[in-house]
Amino acid sequence: MAWFLRSKKNIEDSQQREMPDGLFTKCPTCDEVIYKRQFEEQLFTCIKCNHHFRIGSEEYIGIIFDENSFTETDTNIRSSDPLNFVDTKPYTERLADAYRRTDSADALTIGYGTIEGREISFGCMNFDFVGGSMGSVVGEKFYRAAKRAISRKTPLVIISTSGGARMQEAIFSLMQMAKTSAVLSELAEAKLPYISIMTDPTTGGVSASFAMLGDVNIGEPKALIAFAGPRVVEQTIRKKLPEGFQRAESVLKNGFLDMIVHRKDLRATISHVLMLLT
Amino acid sequence: MASNFTLEFEKPVLELEKKIEEMRSLAGTLDIEPQIAELQLKVEELRADIYNNLTRWQRVQIARHPDRPYSSDYFNSTFGNFIELHGDRSFRDDPAIVCGLADLNGESVIVVGHQKGRDTKSNVYRNFGMPNPEGYRKASRMFDLAEKFDKPIICLLDTPGAFPGIEAEDRGQAQAIAANLLKMSRLPVPIIVIVIGEGASGGALGIGIGDRILMLENSWYSVIAPESCSSILWRSWDYKEQAAESLQLTAEDLKANGIIDRIIPEPIGGAHRNTDLMSEILKSVLIEELQELKKIPIKELVRLRREKFAAMGVWETIS
Ligand SMILES: [Zn+2]
Repeated sequence: MAWFLRSKKNIEDSQQREMPDGLFTKCPTCDEVIYKRQFEEQLFTCIKCNHHFRIGSEEYIGIIFDENSFTETDTNIRSSDPLNFVDTKPYTERLADAYRRTDSADALTIGYGTIEGREISFGCMNFDFVGGSMGSVVGEKFYRAAKRAISRKTPLVIISTSGGARMQEAIFSLMQMAKTSAVLSELAEAKLPYISIMTDPTTGGVSASFAMLGDVNIGEPKALIAFAGPRVVEQTIRKKLPEGFQRAESVLKNGFLDMIVHRKDLRATISHVLMLLT
Repeated sequence: MASNFTLEFEKPVLELEKKIEEMRSLAGTLDIEPQIAELQLKVEELRADIYNNLTRWQRVQIARHPDRPYSSDYFNSTFGNFIELHGDRSFRDDPAIVCGLADLNGESVIVVGHQKGRDTKSNVYRNFGMPNPEGYRKASRMFDLAEKFDKPIICLLDTPGAFPGIEAEDRGQAQAIAANLLKMSRLPVPIIVIVIGEGASGGALGIGIGDRILMLENSWYSVIAPESCSSILWRSWDYKEQAAESLQLTAEDLKANGIIDRIIPEPIGGAHRNTDLMSEILKSVLIEELQELKKIPIKELVRLRREKFAAMGVWETIS
């Protein structure tokens, strides 16, 4: 979505159609016109209503890490379609499409770098890659990021955004919930901090595994954080959903987040927590 | 209690069986033993033919058969001295998960299982086997008990999914499941997990981390139920058979893909056709598996458990 940062590939999503000349964008919540320069300064949030636009790992890395301190790792693993999954089209075609439309190798980017001089192991999900869904590659990369934290004795920081499990990897994707949680139990035994940041949306197999397991759970303003998505809940109970249901503010009130942090305060907050935990 | 519910593909066998019974009632007056024997043979052939060639969707249907044994049936047959323990000590008791203490061949264990109802009334009470967060938290309490008293844990999976309701979401369905995955990954006691019916998604996995993952022959285990998969990926409810094929959700599939350790055979025609025999088969498997697990030093067991799940997943490395 950060259209101006992408030089390598053309993006065909609706966001670009909203911004034909690439000079301004419109806030989907309050219709405010936001100019490109302002937008970057505001870390892709709306100046008027604080709407947090969905961004990818590239932007988050720019926001939280010390300049030029981040190194991406494990860029060479790819989904291999173990079940030859076909629905209305083959999974391999969906993957090829996702590689073509995005800069991401899969729905999770991992690496390491420093925040105010402190080394962390890091992972950030990419919603534009098959809805940020978790398959074997996401699970394995998460595992490697956690293992790196353990071997380097550093904290682990993960930014999530996901529609849930990658259905085309069927049982393998379900088991990534177990795999990621199991390695977090090792990280816990090593007494290393894990900060989980949930952005819009964090649902399904991701919220019901590693995203909810932070020593400190942070939500972005208004982020949808849920197990079952609102449409599924609505279909099940056949009632209108209450205002603010499953939004970060109610998740905080219900006791499942430690805090909601504006994107401009994210770096300072991570640093603050880690200073006191390490 | 049999419900007289018959699956479409069960009908030919049941019709022949009925015919044999009718002939038997006439047998006093006529010598038709040879004909009966011949028919009996035909029944066995037909049964073997049907059950050796089940489609994945047919397996799903057997797993959902209303006469199929549920968790509490096994707790009271495979196990002895079962005593149920209630409540999560925080909000309420969730009838969709049944837990307690029991003995397996004389050794005390902690048992946890999803629980469906047999009729409309009990199904409403059990929420059709769909737990709320407090169900997972009750299970978590049992895991603590197991750790404290050093007892093995046996989990029986049989759920169409965790309940997707407003209150369930507000009380942290995602966190409740996630917390169990973490806890089960570090518990210093042997854990055996058996999918006895339906293993749907995170709602099943929420009590499903263990040292041994077993499946009954006609159970299914998947990231999503075939109907929901059809609705999401095909945008129609009509592709459930195809979705079941694509998802590869049978015990055989999961064994072939290295996810489960063992398939537990069922009596021909499914567990519901001979529940006593099913209970005995499960018992002997559990005794055997538990004996094996107890030979492994506990630290090593936890390490192996984590390694087992770490190895799940298939990807390729590009140059
Ligand atoms: Zn706005």
